Amino acid sequence: MPTVFFTSQLARFIDAPTVVAPGDTLDAVLGNVFSDHPQLKGYILDDQGAIRRHVAVFIDGMQVRDRTNLSVALNDKSEIHIFQALSGG
Amino acid sequence: MASKLYVGTRKGLFILVRKNGGWDIDETKFLGEPVSAVYSDGQTTLAALDLGHFGPKLWRREGDGEWQEMRVPTFPKKPDDADDDPHPWSVGRIWNINPAGKDGAFWAGTMPGGLFRSDDNGATWTLNDALWMMPDRRKWMGVAGGEQPGLSSVLVDPKNADKLTIGVSCAGIWQTEDGGVSWTNIGDGFDNEYMPPDQRHDPIAQDIHQIAHCKAHPEVIWCQHHSRIYRSTDYGMTWSPLESAKPSGFGFAVVAHPQDPDVAWFVPAIKDEQRFPVDAKVVVSRTRDGGKTFDVLDRGLPARHAYDLVYRHALDVDATGMQLAFGSTSGGLWISADGGEIWTAPDCRLPPVACVRFELA
Repeated sequence: MPTVFFTSQLARFIDAPTVVAPGDTLDAVLGNVFSDHPQLKGYILDDQGAIRRHVAVFIDGMQVRDRTNLSVALNDKSEIHIFQALSGG
Repeated sequence: MASKLYVGTRKGLFILVRKNGGWDIDETKFLGEPVSAVYSDGQTTLAALDLGHFGPKLWRREGDGEWQEMRVPTFPKKPDDADDDPHPWSVGRIWNINPAGKDGAFWAGTMPGGLFRSDDNGATWTLNDALWMMPDRRKWMGVAGGEQPGLSSVLVDPKNADKLTIGVSCAGIWQTEDGGVSWTNIGDGFDNEYMPPDQRHDPIAQDIHQIAHCKAHPEVIWCQHHSRIYRSTDYGMTWSPLESAKPSGFGFAVVAHPQDPDVAWFVPAIKDEQRFPVDAKVVVSRTRDGGKTFDVLDRGLPARHAYDLVYRHALDVDATGMQLAFGSTSGGLWISADGGEIWTAPDCRLPPVACVRFELA
């Protein structure tokens, strides 16, 4: 099953452990993660289910560019890394 | 008099207490995070965060207990036929939190202009559909610093909690008499100078920086408009310009005396692209005669080389009408115990201040 890693920055606000979750698309895997950690969803996705503008998602080293269509195919060993995008001051 | 003051800043929440004749920071929370709105009545405290990466958040504390994260207001799924909506269906910022006139009930004003209600002490929130689904909402314009309209002010009539008057930057004033089932755009007498000539007086084209009402006489409402200061004595239906405001009629914040309908305070700045204090001197302007004349209050405030701007929610008055506080974009914080005659600054250098709220008694 795919593995999802969250930025350690999230730990300032919410418990965001590395999790293994079933699913063959990004959408499905995140859906399964968020069903176990519902509060986490709003940190990563906006009200319409799009990846937040200043959150970066990588699948096996490649950044997800389409923030609204999350039907990207995954394989059983996919690693999903969720970071904060560079911004701030 | 209130003895606790909540200051939301670009880098955290600062809670000050009054003791030994002065004010001092007693607690800090959310250090490093932007705090966009705060409310406290002593029992329930709500603080909204505007996390740059991870979106708006809402935290609550009951009494002196632990802070807990609440569910944030969210918009429903955007319908397919709303593709032409110029505004996002996603909460960008919780801009203010206001008691709704009933125990455990609140209204929250947000960007991009959604009004949300909670009836469970801030734990969950419901969008006011009637306001959001109005076709006219698509005419609303964005507010400075962002492209989204901002619901800047929510006034709940103390005598009738179903009567709400809201101010929107930039979409004028909207009123409901039935608790939010239906809304009417009101406000005759405004003149928005930066609009095309045929729209300058249109109620929906008004840049309402903030409105405040006298709680004992809620028919009296003050408006810090982009163009100047206005006052209404008929619940916002008609407005009169107050041309004698000095040193300028431009600013963002206004507070009204809770008992005296002739008294209000403003923090003026140079109009309008420059936006710093006139002559780089921080002052508060106050009227005590319904806006006929204004006093310029400066005792204890920076008199030179001061570039402090005061945002909409960064000025407050407590329930006595005597104690005031305001914070600035330069991190200044000043408090008065005598209606603004004399100001003192607590011993601190704060991050830029977004909101200042006394604890309600």
